[in-house]
Amino acid sequence: MLYRTAGQFKTSYKADQALFPIRQDAILLGLILAFAWVILPLTASEFVFQTLMIPILIYALAAMGLNILTGYAGQLSLGTAAFMGVGAYACYKMVTLMPWMNPILAILLSGVFSAGVGVAFGIPSLRIKGFYLAIATLAAQFFLVWLFEKWAWLYNYNASGAIQVPNLDIFGIYVAGPQASSVTQYFVVLGIVSLLTLLCINLTRGNLGRTWKATRDMDIAAELIGINLMKSKLTAFAVSSYVVGVSGALFVFMWRGAAEPNLFDIPLSFRILFIAIIGGLGSILGNYLGAILIVGLPVVLGTLPAALGIPVSSAMVEHLNIMIVGSLIIFFLIIEPHGLARLWALIREKLILWPFPH
Amino acid sequence: MLNEIFIKPFVDMVEAPDFLLQVLWEGLVSGILYALIALGFVLIFRSSRIFNFAQGIMVVFAALTLVGLYAMGVPAWICVLLTLGVMFILAVAIERIVLRPLVGQPDIILFMATIGITLFLIGLGEIIFGGENKVMITEELGIPTGDTVLEPWDGLLILQHLDITVVVVATLLVIGLLAFLNYTQMGRAIRALGDDHQAALSVGISLQTVWVLVWFIAGIIALVTGIAWGARAGVSFALEVIAYKALPVLMLGGLESITGAIIGGLMIGILEKLFEIYWGQPLLGGNTETWFAFVLALIVLLFRPQGLFGERIIERV
Repeated sequence: MLYRTAGQFKTSYKADQALFPIRQDAILLGLILAFAWVILPLTASEFVFQTLMIPILIYALAAMGLNILTGYAGQLSLGTAAFMGVGAYACYKMVTLMPWMNPILAILLSGVFSAGVGVAFGIPSLRIKGFYLAIATLAAQFFLVWLFEKWAWLYNYNASGAIQVPNLDIFGIYVAGPQASSVTQYFVVLGIVSLLTLLCINLTRGNLGRTWKATRDMDIAAELIGINLMKSKLTAFAVSSYVVGVSGALFVFMWRGAAEPNLFDIPLSFRILFIAIIGGLGSILGNYLGAILIVGLPVVLGTLPAALGIPVSSAMVEHLNIMIVGSLIIFFLIIEPHGLARLWALIREKLILWPFPH
Repeated sequence: MLNEIFIKPFVDMVEAPDFLLQVLWEGLVSGILYALIALGFVLIFRSSRIFNFAQGIMVVFAALTLVGLYAMGVPAWICVLLTLGVMFILAVAIERIVLRPLVGQPDIILFMATIGITLFLIGLGEIIFGGENKVMITEELGIPTGDTVLEPWDGLLILQHLDITVVVVATLLVIGLLAFLNYTQMGRAIRALGDDHQAALSVGISLQTVWVLVWFIAGIIALVTGIAWGARAGVSFALEVIAYKALPVLMLGGLESITGAIIGGLMIGILEKLFEIYWGQPLLGGNTETWFAFVLALIVLLFRPQGLFGERIIERV
């Protein structure tokens, strides 16, 4: 009933290919954006920003970067966390070498470095495919984390070997570092994530996105219809690593505040892969749904026993969490291997047809 | 600089041949363990095209179960049998609950499912056995722990009896496995499934039985690896990272090849030790073992995309 499409006629191809072919989608998105931009900042507490909103947005962005590579271009990567690390360290070097630099500009530029590294590690994809490529990206994962640890210039020769985010301000308002308020950081993250999401949606809808999808579905066939595989795969690596790198910079500068090399170790890569797969490969919306599930679930599980009055130690809760996340991954893969985004697509289809079955 | 990269390491090797032998021996022992883990991967990949990420945690889980049972006062050898029983139940459970509903899904979905299994087992293991480091019951199992000191070229070469046992047991296990795969009916069924699922099903091979069997064999291999590695470094969840070491072995040897897993494992074990001692520590600040194997495998793969012994990739449109 809410999703009735009666009366919405398309009279040109342009209208049919528009970002929102159905008016209700646009309204729904508008409501969500209004909620995120206006209502949440007015009502939510520090806790909600720090444990839910900011990490969800950052993880969703990282998963979106991975999704462009794996979901759209079909190149499985297990090195996401290392590319996030490249973004974070690049951003750190930029703001410490050039303190006058606008921090938001620094964050957006840091993705360029990880895009470069991503292309370098993407070159093997021209010859290696499937799981072999996945293991090859692990080379990037282990090599880069090792480099973060050993190359002292990267962390300005700190004795601790970790990077600390300094206080950074734009026009007198602190956006990063210990003095920044959560709401400001939330707005910065939301702004950058919204911008990059729009970019990704339009890239994947356009010419480039179509070449990626053709490469994913069958690369030899794509080559035969005239797609330059090298260009297609390497642009996928570049765009994906750019987005992942920016998310890495946000991860450290807007959320964690400090980072050690082992933060970018392989469990983080897997976490982002879970988000992308549970959300749905080859979908932009899925990244958000997946991130809400993976970030939100431990928070809910952590507060649940206390709310129900069951005495459980915090270590126990953590272990139970891992177990439940593991089983949920299997559960979701079994009920809907194409992810939460497909689930939403099915619901939406039913809503459009409702009350008729077909 | 060039001297330090190209000449000095080799001079060092020639000047202290006993030390070189020691390095090679240690490389060989860890190489055999890598090969064992890789073998577990290859068996499952061949028979079901599942890239089993859970092999590493199965090693930890088997070792933890063994040590945990012993701590409850069960005699050591019965512990081994009981652990094998647990691994069998695990194999059946994985096949029933996880794999059967996912038959025919894309490879990446099955791969993710094995990561799900990994997380589940990590949580379960921590809850049942606790996360602290434990000591493997080496002596109770009758594994010798002393060492033999040899003196070649007036030098010193220390061979741990434990390592010798590992080499012997692993070799026997591999020979037994190869015999099983090549000369028994069940073994042939596993290989047939690896070649072509539908053809194998049509001649009456039961997919379910073979899968359970293969996961159980992977469980046995995991137990042996767990005992061997646990005796060297203690039993903890950190053991899981050695599973990552098996991945470059697989790339190098080829995902389908059992010979490849063994030769690749030995190559990587020896080469990464040599690189770490003669190049990594003096020139790069050490700890190069985390990535050397991957980079080596990557370079090999650039020239042979299917690994050294993998099946030739034939692409059709």
